[in-house]
Amino acid sequence: MPAAALPGRATASSNPGEIGLSGWGNYPKVSTELLAPRTPAGARDHLLGRSGVVARGAGRAYGDAAIGTHATISTHCLNRMRSFDAATGQLTVEAGVTIADILAAFEPRGFFLKVVPGTKFVTVGGAIAADVHGKNHHRDGGFGTIVESFRLALPSGEIVSCSRAENAALFMATLGGMGLTGMILEATLRLLPIETAWLLQDTRVAANLEAAIDHLESSASATYSVAWIDCLARGAALGRSLVYLAEHAARRDKELLGPELAPFPSPRMSRLSVPALFPGWLLNRASMRAFNELYFRRGAAQQGEPRLVHWDPYFFPLDAIADWNRIYGRRGFVQYQCVIPQARARRVLADILDRVSQRGDASFLAVLKQLGDGGGPMSFPLRGYTLTMDFPVSDTLFGFLDELDALVVDAGGRLYLAKDARQSRATFESGYPGLAALRDIRQQTGATTRLVSHLSARLGI
Amino acid sequence: MTGTKSILVIGGSSDIGHATALRYAKEGWRVALAARDIEAAQRNADDVRTRSGVETTVQSLDVLQTAQLAGFVAGLSVLPDTVVCVVGELGDQLRAQADPELATTIMRTNFEAPSLLLELFAQRFEARGSGTIVGVSSVAGDRGRASNYYYGAAKAGFSQFLSGLRNRLTLAGKVRVITVKPGFVRTRMTAHMKLPAPLTVDPDRVAEDIYLADVTRPRDVIYVARRFRLVMTIICALPEAIFKRMRI
Repeated sequence: MPAAALPGRATASSNPGEIGLSGWGNYPKVSTELLAPRTPAGARDHLLGRSGVVARGAGRAYGDAAIGTHATISTHCLNRMRSFDAATGQLTVEAGVTIADILAAFEPRGFFLKVVPGTKFVTVGGAIAADVHGKNHHRDGGFGTIVESFRLALPSGEIVSCSRAENAALFMATLGGMGLTGMILEATLRLLPIETAWLLQDTRVAANLEAAIDHLESSASATYSVAWIDCLARGAALGRSLVYLAEHAARRDKELLGPELAPFPSPRMSRLSVPALFPGWLLNRASMRAFNELYFRRGAAQQGEPRLVHWDPYFFPLDAIADWNRIYGRRGFVQYQCVIPQARARRVLADILDRVSQRGDASFLAVLKQLGDGGGPMSFPLRGYTLTMDFPVSDTLFGFLDELDALVVDAGGRLYLAKDARQSRATFESGYPGLAALRDIRQQTGATTRLVSHLSARLGI
Repeated sequence: MTGTKSILVIGGSSDIGHATALRYAKEGWRVALAARDIEAAQRNADDVRTRSGVETTVQSLDVLQTAQLAGFVAGLSVLPDTVVCVVGELGDQLRAQADPELATTIMRTNFEAPSLLLELFAQRFEARGSGTIVGVSSVAGDRGRASNYYYGAAKAGFSQFLSGLRNRLTLAGKVRVITVKPGFVRTRMTAHMKLPAPLTVDPDRVAEDIYLADVTRPRDVIYVARRFRLVMTIICALPEAIFKRMRI
């Protein structure tokens, strides 16, 4: 596979066999040897003789998590599905199969994934390694909860089966373990039966952050909930948001609200239903304020009346825009995602939003979600609220983000490693008490010196 | 209706073979994969069955064992509606120049074996009165070049074989022959090469075009990507006196 055909933006490097590789944020860009084994067995062989190596899925981690200090093993070609049992919903796939692949094959047959992140273009291996969460984490937990088992290649070349019953400690440390326990080759997931491709969406308007958190809290029984914050609103309107609540629509709901709609419309149909507004706010900064106003009013107009929304725009609005990460230009961007424990969330998030709005260079929309307890010792979620924003990389950015980090640390929160490109060791260590468990496992499997990503080297994992 | 149809892919362990099987399976065709590397073919078959839910089988076949081809065809439990042959090996041109054995293997793999095998299918299809034969050749067969002339010459032979077979079967009745000429495809075979992006396609695209030419909009000879037809027309039109001095 030529390097240019692999996910991630690769550029030529002066060292032969090495290329410059970055995550989805295009920052940082570092040199690594990129390997693309054709089979799971080939991936294991690459692991055997190497140090400073880590696996890489679709390259959707934002920072330096999926770049090995010496070599990076792409799961691009480990994209085969292995087996499916319709009676139990159990699906076994290789690590490079994406959530989009799974939905394309199984949504028409009435199955969905109970946990999906904000983009469907991540691989199953990456989703496990980052223990990604969805809009239902507060109720249903993270991606790890739908994983029955996986096969993990250790640096020794040994391939071990891991589940809650077998090699349980290794299984748990791999959830959110950022690929540092071994290379996931294959995984068995449990799919969720659905009656239609539609979601029953209910929109709530929140005048400020306080109200947004109230809405999320009072609607904790809703399966899916997320708040989109208008980052341009200030003062009393700071944190003004639209809160989207949703449930999978049963056949009955669809008949009631959209008798003319197909229960499982073809992909072409669903693409058309993606709101055409998104490119506007992304591509034209000048019209931003007007857009947010429109976006907000449009949402407000929908308040109180449940409507049917296809799963694609509900779960994956940004997927409609290919390569949206490029709008931040050559220097790239950082996606800042923190979680603040429940008790301190209101005050600390208000403080963060206030500083961000005064600084004025963040993305125009931020995402606020409720999280429940984490899965593995290294999983990002903890009971509280998570806030996500994009910042273009600039000379003053990192100093500013250090200030935000101090607020997060003080509140007992942490930063999401799948997004991270720059936090300090101190911030990381205070946020992840489960680090000791991961280090123990790495010691036992000989991974400590062998499986090393730029992220793990930076944070001393 | 299409649920009862079936396709046999010769070279079922390859990327184009895998993509082609997936494309037909998506329309409900039953799929059989034949390959020498049975483990790789099984991995592809499992993928096709899991994604599409259709019945998928695997058969062991080494096309270079030409004495066994007749037995293979005679032993098929189901004669497929469409047979697609994606067997091919680029080989190492420089090594082939010094190693007659390798040169022979390249020529046999790309020309002799596929031709002998497809002739057998032609006879069975002719007797049945229906069927489609798809041969995956290459634009490399349109004009011999320094960089891959053993491969190119063999593909040229295969293209001419398919042309003649089509001529014969068209005069005789209902069996169709499709020649597929991919340009650059991102596959295992080309993994080590730097390919020009505007002229390079993924295996899915080749599969899509094969399905279109077979089922949706019948065609005899297809180039993938299509712009390659123009490129090759120009290359073929160059006078030999000029062409022989070029590095392309």
